[in-house]
Amino acid sequence: MQKCSISNVPNAEHIEFMTGDICQLERVSDVCPRRPFDEEVMDFLNDVSKELLSGGIARGNTDVVTWAFWIRKSAMVQRQKEYQKSQGKSILWGRGVVFHIAPSNVPVNFAYSLAVGLITGNVNIVRIPSKHYEQVNLIVKAINKCLDKYQELQKYIFLVRYERDRSINDYFSWTADCRVVWGGDQTISDIRMSPIRARTTEITFADRFSIAVIDSDEYLQKVDKRQIAQNFYNDTYLTDQNACTSPRLVVWMGEKKEKAKKKFWEELHNVVMQKYEFQPIMGVDKMAKAYMAVTLEEGVSIASREDNLIYRVSCSKIITELAELKGECGFFWEYDCDDIMELKELCNDVRCQTVGYLGPKETIEPLLYSGIKGIDRVVPIGKTMDFDFIWDGYNLFERLTRTIQISI
Amino acid sequence: MSYEELLDMKPYSLNREDKHRFLTNRLVELTMKHKEGCSEYSAILNSIGFRVDEIHSYEQLPFLPVRLFKELDLRSVNEENIVKTMTSSGTSGQAVSKIYLDRATASYQQKTMVKIVSEFTGTGRLPMIIVDCPSVVQNRQMFSARGAGILGFSILGSKKMYALDDDMKLNVDELKLFIENHKGERILLFGFTFMIWQHFYKELLRLKDEGITFDLSNAILIHGGGWKKLINESVSQEVFFKSMNDVCGLSDIHDYYGMVEQTGCIYMQCECGNLHASIYSDVIVRDPFDFSVCEKGKRGIIQVVSAIPESYPGHSLLTEDEGEIMGEDDCPCGRKGKYFRIFGRLKNAEIRGCSDIYAEMFNK
Repeated sequence: MQKCSISNVPNAEHIEFMTGDICQLERVSDVCPRRPFDEEVMDFLNDVSKELLSGGIARGNTDVVTWAFWIRKSAMVQRQKEYQKSQGKSILWGRGVVFHIAPSNVPVNFAYSLAVGLITGNVNIVRIPSKHYEQVNLIVKAINKCLDKYQELQKYIFLVRYERDRSINDYFSWTADCRVVWGGDQTISDIRMSPIRARTTEITFADRFSIAVIDSDEYLQKVDKRQIAQNFYNDTYLTDQNACTSPRLVVWMGEKKEKAKKKFWEELHNVVMQKYEFQPIMGVDKMAKAYMAVTLEEGVSIASREDNLIYRVSCSKIITELAELKGECGFFWEYDCDDIMELKELCNDVRCQTVGYLGPKETIEPLLYSGIKGIDRVVPIGKTMDFDFIWDGYNLFERLTRTIQISI
Repeated sequence: MSYEELLDMKPYSLNREDKHRFLTNRLVELTMKHKEGCSEYSAILNSIGFRVDEIHSYEQLPFLPVRLFKELDLRSVNEENIVKTMTSSGTSGQAVSKIYLDRATASYQQKTMVKIVSEFTGTGRLPMIIVDCPSVVQNRQMFSARGAGILGFSILGSKKMYALDDDMKLNVDELKLFIENHKGERILLFGFTFMIWQHFYKELLRLKDEGITFDLSNAILIHGGGWKKLINESVSQEVFFKSMNDVCGLSDIHDYYGMVEQTGCIYMQCECGNLHASIYSDVIVRDPFDFSVCEKGKRGIIQVVSAIPESYPGHSLLTEDEGEIMGEDDCPCGRKGKYFRIFGRLKNAEIRGCSDIYAEMFNK
């Protein structure tokens, strides 16, 4: 490895390299972006996947396992086929250098961001969370181990840690051809203090909220209610209900709402009781949230409960404040809905992201075609966290590549 | 029954049954009063389907998380009847509690405090050293918890002096003179635990090395405000006691537990080291999991009830402190009522999720 005696990177000594080094980092602009779904990149990711899945390295960390499955070659080839279909005559290519700012409290998020950046053919500088997570260590270790065999790819992956530092952000931002900012409104506004070049694009993942819509009649017909509860648990409690994808509001459609609710919350309670790590302050937090909620509007009531695992606050009409008054760790608004269009105002909020849905497709369609500004995803209950190239209303594949138009 | 009748009784005179009967009556009465007078409180009671005829004990009454007083303006009387607004001493940027007092509530607070503390200091006022700076009580329209505490206790002092100047430096000469002038008399020292340690004890220790000593063996120290900062400095209650004793001969030291949301009803530490509930208020420990009442000896979240508040719905509050009941009516010190201890503040929830805001709060 070449030595670089004097670094142009400001405060370089404050940057901890988990992967890559300062010399190569300084030359990222000279590295050629690649074609999406480059063979070598797919092989590399497949090796990382194998490394994590074999020998039970990732065992116990379902999020790492899920990621490892996501980056398997077979899965990537499947995605490649879909994208080739829509490509036509044009050529797609990586944009160049992507600077990713990963959120500090979703451990594996950085890895998805990196994988998308790699598979689209880009060089990636990823600021990973400063909090120490086992998941991060496992993934970084696997990446570094596999990189030994892929000398050429070493120029494409830089995993760095640094405390908040404006000058380092400035440098990476100015280097980037695309900046990907996770971590919500505050992080976005902080990072936007650092300018990007004129042609550089930016993808920002702002604060969002999500809802669930359940057709009570369809729910009552399902045989696997326990599995549905487990799925809903994964959508919510697994991230303390604080992921942008976690439903905050459960909307009940159909005829037998009361019966469905009773069963649904009962089943969920069983799962939560069994799996959730309840912290003493959570009950106080939820009670305070609930009591504030009922002062907002008339007709807001709190469901009676045996314990503090689940708080349910029902409203007799959709109030827009419920987007702001979001509780965590098992705090749900509920609304009995007879016409899906009653949700129009709430879903017209640009912050409205995912609908976890259980019901016939036709029921929700009128809302989606009504010209609202929110709702980027409608997915089955249990799939709200499933990451894909289309995320948060962006086609990441398209955003991270350049389209060379060929009309000769 | 009126609060005045309660005030006629001695603070630690009622046994469990009598106290239970008195408090239940008064607290149910207050619940109905606030339901009538405070629309937010009324909405909260309605939302949980509260029915007064189902209440047989004050343990069954609803409780509000103290945090609500930071988020909402809660009062049960008209604005023109408010004579004082007290605020909690939140650090800058944090929301502060706003507690609205009418004349009666403010007066009950003061009288109650005097009744309780007199049990320890004796009736009659004492020369008083306030271990704080004078500026903390200057703005009388908006009382901070620190200011309110000092003013509240000041009523027990005959001659008063502030031991610190506004730069938090010890007024050495003045202190010397004050102690000299009141030689042979019992002196009341009052202040916040951390202030006393940081600006009083440490300075006395330094002066002692220089050969300047103070004799406070005849004084009584009452201090409150919690141990959080001292625990960070690894100063336990035992260390605190011993250090104070070593540096100036102080041995009559009483911690107290209380909060701005229920000023007046403070919980004094007795000679046996236990915090005591007086007849004007009570402590209930609740299981964080389902808010059921914890038995003696089981750790949980502290709920406090107070018979005082008439102008704001703060008569039954869920704190964010952890504690346990150690016993009732049988403390070796002879005082009736529950005695308990506090373990400190509940930990903030460690929450996962996409938004970084929480993490950054933790990092600061």
